[in-house]
Amino acid sequence: MSILINQNTLVMTQGITGKTGQFHTRMCRDYANGKNCFVAGVNPKKSGENFEGIPIYATVEEARQETGATVSVIYVPPPFAAAAIDEAVAADLDLVICITEGIPVRDMVRTRYKMQGRRTRLIGPNCPGIITPDEIKIGIMPGYIHKKGRIGVVSRSGTLTYEAVAQLMELGLGQSTCIGIGGDPVNGLKHLDVMKLFNEDDGTDAVLMVGEIGGSDEEDCAYWIKDHMQKPVVGFIAGVTAPPGRRMGHAGAIISGGKGTAQEKIEVMEACGISVTRNPAEMGKLLKSVL
Amino acid sequence: MKIHEYQAKEILRKFGVVTPQGIACFSIDEAVAAAKKLDGRLWVVKAQIYAGGRGKGGGVKIARSLDEVRQLAGEILGMTLITHQTGPQGQVVHRILIEQGIDISKEFYVGMVVDRSSQRVCLMASSEGGMEIEQVAANTPEKIHKVLIDPITGLTDHDADEISSKIGINDANLSEARTLLQGLYQAFDNTDASLAEINPLTLTADNQVMALDAKMNFDDNALFRHPDIVALRDLDEEDPDEIEAAKHDLSYIPLDGNIGCLVNGAGLAMATMDIIKLYGGSPANFLDVGGGATAEKVTEAFKLMLRNPKLRAIMVNIFGGIMKCDVIAEGVVMAARGVKLEVPLIVRLEGTNVDLGKKILAESGLPIISANNMADAAQKAVSAAAA
Repeated sequence: MSILINQNTLVMTQGITGKTGQFHTRMCRDYANGKNCFVAGVNPKKSGENFEGIPIYATVEEARQETGATVSVIYVPPPFAAAAIDEAVAADLDLVICITEGIPVRDMVRTRYKMQGRRTRLIGPNCPGIITPDEIKIGIMPGYIHKKGRIGVVSRSGTLTYEAVAQLMELGLGQSTCIGIGGDPVNGLKHLDVMKLFNEDDGTDAVLMVGEIGGSDEEDCAYWIKDHMQKPVVGFIAGVTAPPGRRMGHAGAIISGGKGTAQEKIEVMEACGISVTRNPAEMGKLLKSVL
Repeated sequence: MKIHEYQAKEILRKFGVVTPQGIACFSIDEAVAAAKKLDGRLWVVKAQIYAGGRGKGGGVKIARSLDEVRQLAGEILGMTLITHQTGPQGQVVHRILIEQGIDISKEFYVGMVVDRSSQRVCLMASSEGGMEIEQVAANTPEKIHKVLIDPITGLTDHDADEISSKIGINDANLSEARTLLQGLYQAFDNTDASLAEINPLTLTADNQVMALDAKMNFDDNALFRHPDIVALRDLDEEDPDEIEAAKHDLSYIPLDGNIGCLVNGAGLAMATMDIIKLYGGSPANFLDVGGGATAEKVTEAFKLMLRNPKLRAIMVNIFGGIMKCDVIAEGVVMAARGVKLEVPLIVRLEGTNVDLGKKILAESGLPIISANNMADAAQKAVSAAAA
């Protein structure tokens, strides 16, 4: 079992003909059942052509109708990426994963506004994507570091998620699904949304939650966990040493107005009964200890 | 990206926000000429630096004669202004703003940011003008009022009037305040701002609503569509190392410690700083080389870290995913050979082609300290820096 995606998921790629889109479409197609999952590309100028056998359609709507794909992954450049999300939402897809980094916040505010009341879920932008190990990977994470198992992983960052997965693997712990929700201030699924899905997933026994400075998503999630979560959750928050007022790489990773510090997040999480390690090298070990 | 007060006021005026008349100056003579040109017998001489707290630091003074303008301009231009936001090293003043003096009857605060939880632009206003809004929020949160702005309708007349009334603006001034608040939102929205703040917003003695100060920051991701704003960038205000880093597409922030960190990915880079601290060391910088680091990029990253005289060790922490460890290892070797490396170099590689990467490091003949994992690397870096 898994959340959001599995080996039967049908995926289209928006921005399949760009350099990044081509590279990662190949990597995803070559992973597990990818060959059967990645069924369409979208590019209005190259409709009727194909990318290494994957047919390209003019619109998301057409790709959905022709192939039955209900999930989209977006590699479109930042100035056009929000419009690509809008198109996927208008076509009523189940899930959109936006990998693109550098989308203006103003664009995302409008896109999120338009998503109100729609059925489509969004992961990202500025995220590594989502993987259900040994079934399907949608995104830019290295597939081979993962193995099928029963631990859920949710994180805002890319390489720190890989680090967490590697630590789990060292202890022989495979993953049900791993999701990188992205480092932008205005995004789709939050820690909380993903946590609810893991809570309901029969294939997930425990969750590793990795957060970082900025915003209050981790706190919101922690309060919910306290009252509703039926599985153990452990956490790590990056940025205890980050100075206030400075953007630490991710647009969303900034302590502003004294809010969003790592210390504050850790305190709330611990008060809500979540074990949190201060040591990023011990995320796996901590998770194993609660099983 | 940040801009100066006078530049923010120029932008706001285009959107109908009333400000005092003022002229930006780079020299004492320009300042005197500017004062002559402006009406009145009272002028304010304001240091133009990005940091806040200029008044308390002695960077904002009132002049009652042209001689006094000359004198104060001379004092402020070239001074090193130290405020709570500049850090102890302060910031040299290269520009001043000469403004007509305003007779103030009442002060308010208004500001706009993107609120992350509602994913809307949030207008904040308070009767406590001139104070630091963080302090007001901490001490008297009930004095801060908020409106979340619908991106399609913008700031409505109703919402503007309601928040104005709440902070104590009289009915007689509501329409003026509405023009100002809606102008502020238009400016925020049109320029892809990340912050717009008027503190204080004033009611003048002759009953005019006016922005006495202004601050605007912009979303770096949106600068591609605002060349006019990019042109306002003042490199004197930015850290030279950060400017250099940006040229090479590196995300770099200098810190106070002595252990340089070179990492791929922002989250892992923060975690690397944290683990150094956890083992008793102190990070010299945040440095994210990004997902597509090349040998050249790694070399530039090394050069940047080595500009820091406090540097006692370097910790490289790479999780190779798409970026292969052998490529990074080659970059590290090339960089270490290319620069004069006089501090211990600790390297931790994990991920794709890790064995190949480690082999390249081992066979390089360079005195690289290899680490097996993140904790091992941090411990080795901390003890190397302390040696």
